[in-house]
Amino acid sequence: MTGAPLLSVRGLNVRYGAIQAVRGIDFTINAGEIVAFLGANGAGKSSTLNALVGLVPVAGGTVRFGAADITHLAPERLAPMGLTLAPEGRRVFAGLSVEENLRMGAYAVRDADRRAAAWEMVYDLFPILQERRKQFAGTLSGGQQQMLAIGRALMCGPKLLLLDEPSLGLAPKIVGQIFDLIAGLRDHDVTLGIVEQNVAMALEVADRGYVLAGGRIVAAGTAQELRQTDRLQAAYLGED
Amino acid sequence: MDLVVQQTVNALALGGTYALLALGLAVVFSIMGLINFAHGELMTIAGYTLMYCGIAGVSFVVSVPLAILAAMVAAVLMERIAFRPVRGASGATMLITSFAVSMILQVLFQNLISARSQAVALPQFLSESVRLGGIVIGVNKVAAIAATVAMLIFLDRFMSRQKTGIAMRAAAEDFAVARLMGIRANTVIAGAFAISGLLAGVAAVLWVSQRASVDPLMGFTPVLKAFIAAILGGLGSLRGAVAGGFVLGFIEVYLAAFLPQALQEFRDPIGLGIVVLILLFRPNGMIPSRFLGSVKV
Repeated sequence: MTGAPLLSVRGLNVRYGAIQAVRGIDFTINAGEIVAFLGANGAGKSSTLNALVGLVPVAGGTVRFGAADITHLAPERLAPMGLTLAPEGRRVFAGLSVEENLRMGAYAVRDADRRAAAWEMVYDLFPILQERRKQFAGTLSGGQQQMLAIGRALMCGPKLLLLDEPSLGLAPKIVGQIFDLIAGLRDHDVTLGIVEQNVAMALEVADRGYVLAGGRIVAAGTAQELRQTDRLQAAYLGED
Repeated sequence: MDLVVQQTVNALALGGTYALLALGLAVVFSIMGLINFAHGELMTIAGYTLMYCGIAGVSFVVSVPLAILAAMVAAVLMERIAFRPVRGASGATMLITSFAVSMILQVLFQNLISARSQAVALPQFLSESVRLGGIVIGVNKVAAIAATVAMLIFLDRFMSRQKTGIAMRAAAEDFAVARLMGIRANTVIAGAFAISGLLAGVAAVLWVSQRASVDPLMGFTPVLKAFIAAILGGLGSLRGAVAGGFVLGFIEVYLAAFLPQALQEFRDPIGLGIVVLILLFRPNGMIPSRFLGSVKV
C-alpha cells in the first residue's frame, strides 16, 4: 500500500531566537501513508510542520520532497509542487466567501481541467461547502470552517497534505466526522501528515506515528505499536 | 435650497477625490502595514506629467491616461526600490522610509523642475459649466464625481471578481496562509502599489483640473487629508476609506459654505474637532477593518 519516500527529513532544527523548538529530528513520510505526529504542547510538532512549508526558517538539516530539496524554499513555491498545510486554528479567510476561499486554494493551479477536478472532489467530499458557497467563511461553524480549511488545501491537488491539529476546538461528535473524512482522503491519492493532540483519534486513522517530546523524536512505530507502548504516555506526562 | 444642492455637489467632488486617495493608502496599508506618506508625490508626478504633456501640445485625451500611467509606474518603482528592502520591518521603519521617499522626491522636483508653481494647460470645457434644473455646476465637478464613481465601481469589481483582487483581500487578512496557497508576496504587494498609483493618478488629474497648476508640494495637503479620512473611516478598511473621504469632503465644504463669517477663520479647527468627536465615539473608525491586528509580510 505504501510507496517510495515522499518526504524525507534529516537533522531538522528549528529555532526561535535562543529557544530551540526542534532538535535535529529525522523522519520520512511514504507515498500513500497517513503519518501522525504526537506529543504534548510545546513538543515541537507544529514548529516541525511550519518549517517543512517554509513558514518558519529551517535552522539546520535538510528537507526533501520527492526528488527536490525544499529546505529553504518560500511557502508560495510549495503548493505548485504538491505540498501544502492546513494550519492550526483553521485560519480560513473570514472576509471571503466559501467559494472565494476555495478559489484561492487553487491559486497555483494553472490547468483548468485540474481545477475543475479539484472543485468536484472538494464539493463531493464536503457537500456542505457547496451549499454554503456564497456565505462568508467567518459565519461558518467551527466544524464547517475546518472542512473549508481542509477543502481549501485540497484545491491545489496536493500529493502531501499536512494537517495541524484538525480537531482543535471542535465538539467530539464533529471530531469524529472530520476524522472519517480524513481517513477517506486515502482514496483520493493524498498522502497525509497529521499533528494531533487527540491521540486516540490520530492513531485510529494513521498507519504510523512519531512521538515528539522536547523537540526530539522519542518514539516511532506503527499505529498498533504506538497504542501499546508506554513511551507515548511518558511523552505526554513529560517524563523524558 | 439651491445653495445646499450646489455645495453638496462640491462636497461630493472634493470628498470623492479624498476617497480615492484614502483608498490608495488603505489598499497598501491593509496588505503591507505601511502608511505611505509618499503617496502625495505620486499625485505630483501625475501632475507634472500633465504639465509637460500640455507644453508638448499633447491632447488632453492622451495626457490623462499618460499621467495616470506615470503614477502607477512610479508607485511600483517606489515599492521595488524603497519599500521591498524594509518589508517585514516594523511599522515605524516603513513609515520613516516613506517620509524619506517623499522628501527626496520633493527636493528632486524643486531642483529639476521648479520650486514655484507651474501652470497646467487644461482644455476649455473643464472650466465651463452646465445648467441642471435651476443650478449651475462646473464641468470639472461633474467630471470628478463621475470619475470617482467609475473608479469605485472598477475597484469593487476588481476586488470581488478578479483572481488577483481576491488574492489581495486574502493576503490582507492572513498573508502567511495566502502564501501557502501559492500566492506570491511580490505579486500581491506590487499589485497593491499599482492600484494605489492608479488611484493617486486619477485623484491628481481631478485635483489639477480644479486648480490648473502644479508645484513640488502639491501632493502634501490632499494626502494629509486622505490620511485623516482613512483614520476616520477605519485604517486598513477599504469601505471605511471611501466613507471617511466623503465625510471629510462634506465637513470641509459645508463648513466653508455655511459657517458664519465671524467663525470662518476657525474652520479647520472646527472641522478637525468634528473628526475627533467621531473618533471619540468610534475609536477604530466608522467602518473598522476586522483584520487590523493581522500579521503583515
